[in-house]
Amino acid sequence: MKELQTKKYDTDVLIIGGGTAGCYAAYVLGKKSDLHILIAEKANIRRSGCLAAGVNAVNAYITKGKRPEDYVEYAMKDADGIASRSLLLTMSQRLNEVTAELERLGLVILKDADGNYAARGDRNIKINGENIKPILAAAASGQERVSVLNHVNITDYLVENGHVKGAVGFDVDRQIFYEIHAKAVLIATGGAAGLYRPNNPGFSRHKMWYPPFNTGAGYAMGILAGAEMTTFEMRFIALRCKDTIAPVGTIAQGVGARQVNRDGEVYETAYGLTTSQRLYGTVEENRAGRGPCYLKTEGISETQETELYKAYLNMAPSQTLKWLAEGRGPSQKNVEIEGTEPYIVGGHAASGYWIDSSRRTTLKGLYAAGDVAGGCPQKYVTGALAEGEIAAESIMEELRDTDREAYGADKAFLRQKNTFIDSKKKEYERYLSNPHGVLNTEQVEEAMQKIMDQYAGGIRTDYRYQEASLREADERIAGLQESLPYLYADTMDDLLRIYEVRERLIVCRTVIAHLRARKETRWHGFAEYTDYPQKSSEYEKFVNSRYKDSTVQIVYRDMDGEVIS
Amino acid sequence: MSIRIDQALCAGCGKCVEVCPGNLIKQGKDKRAVILQERDCWGCTSCLKECSRGAIALYLGADLGGHGETLHIKKQREHFIWEVHFPAGEVKTIKVNPKEANQY
Repeated sequence: MKELQTKKYDTDVLIIGGGTAGCYAAYVLGKKSDLHILIAEKANIRRSGCLAAGVNAVNAYITKGKRPEDYVEYAMKDADGIASRSLLLTMSQRLNEVTAELERLGLVILKDADGNYAARGDRNIKINGENIKPILAAAASGQERVSVLNHVNITDYLVENGHVKGAVGFDVDRQIFYEIHAKAVLIATGGAAGLYRPNNPGFSRHKMWYPPFNTGAGYAMGILAGAEMTTFEMRFIALRCKDTIAPVGTIAQGVGARQVNRDGEVYETAYGLTTSQRLYGTVEENRAGRGPCYLKTEGISETQETELYKAYLNMAPSQTLKWLAEGRGPSQKNVEIEGTEPYIVGGHAASGYWIDSSRRTTLKGLYAAGDVAGGCPQKYVTGALAEGEIAAESIMEELRDTDREAYGADKAFLRQKNTFIDSKKKEYERYLSNPHGVLNTEQVEEAMQKIMDQYAGGIRTDYRYQEASLREADERIAGLQESLPYLYADTMDDLLRIYEVRERLIVCRTVIAHLRARKETRWHGFAEYTDYPQKSSEYEKFVNSRYKDSTVQIVYRDMDGEVIS
Repeated sequence: MSIRIDQALCAGCGKCVEVCPGNLIKQGKDKRAVILQERDCWGCTSCLKECSRGAIALYLGADLGGHGETLHIKKQREHFIWEVHFPAGEVKTIKVNPKEANQY
């Protein structure tokens, strides 16, 4: 039996996930309060999360002449009504201030002759975002009372009667068990990639839109602890450059390239210009035999081409490498586009924790920000920062009013907590001691992706599914969950991979339950429920869920957030 | 899509091990860096940027249309010099100034 050494921490605020939202929340808390903050990060905050490669533009900004309310309307329209106006508004009101703060921290932002930020479209400004993550990481770790535990993977919350009081996890390299007690917890682990079979399932299986290392840990922890989740049926599917899965917006907006089919016909206008409609048009053109589809770049100037090469090096270098490797750049060859596999991500779609405008979850003591937080789509980088700031301020407010010493004094809780902590440590140690069975973690992951692809609306079915296929998906995913206890880990890295697939399987079951519960097709492109191919006014409501008695139980709420049934 | 670590150039400093967002790079017995599974790489180039010896290169798998070209990065004062090395030996460079915002 391999035994893990235990390390205990006691802090005021535990931030799980040191990505975009987590780092910014730590920075705000460190600057504005006297609280002690501990970030637990699976990798290293310097380059972890969505911003590892950089980002090409700030895509959520209130440009000159626009108001935060305009941004709310844009996001509501894009989500076809299924989002929270109050969450969107509280986020939108802070977009410009967090952007200004990013510039003060060192981000390069392009300015026009008058000294205003140079806009790229209605809601975007031009930046050089290659080093945006190191900037945020330095801002967080530069605060006196912020400590960072890099390479620590958190798997479960410590919960007492619905009150989150800390978390447990393990070191991804060394044989160490972590037990962290906190007065407030901010979950900021990002969304979930890798649930569905990806575009490049072979050697380049991780060349995907969203970080393959964002495995839905925060969702899974919340689901297991009974937190209410929202809108997991609104999956995000990105329209991307073929093969490299690099962004298309830079080309479309940068050089004004339109979406054309194999015959050179512009098809985007026929389907509409929302995020999902751009994808839907591409899927439909392919289904009708008019693919492949492209961004029409042939004929752009040499200067434009060089600028595109540089822009991609700053955020998706593989695309520049591909252009040069092929010997034909975008000026000579249109850029082929395709839809990715579906992701669950609250920064683009509205899936995640059900939260109030203070970014409080339904579990006391637990706050959520960034891609893990639901109801507030189109937040992108600056919206994640805004949410991190709101959550930080709520935590400061909450802990100001509480007798800090009173936490953790409940004797019954201490006993229950210690039993739970022991059982988690034993669970990790069991994986490290299990004999090598015939199934390994990678096989389970591949099987999960195959099931989701075929039965739950993946690329293979052009994102289409039926009641019968969803039922099949749920049974099969549940079957895979039964094989989890027999997986084995020779190293701590193997243990990490086991917990990543465990998280994904939990998220998959919630996604399937939500897809079944929204009996309509609202977001063509993102989802086609073929038993219910039309949009229905009956479903102008939130599909929420809680995990209880080992099942995902659906709760409907109206657009004001009141429970319907 | 993955990276190739040139063992002759690697000094074993461990910076790439530290920053990889996927925890994919580990140090071998001689401290030199190795990627555990080439096919787990996201292609973010964090490791290329951290390496002061230029020992790490990005390449496209054949499934993405690569034919053996590699992408390298060198810092020259404040600039990033990106180099594409072709299998036949040709090298193309693109200079990027991190102080300049993207035009698109």
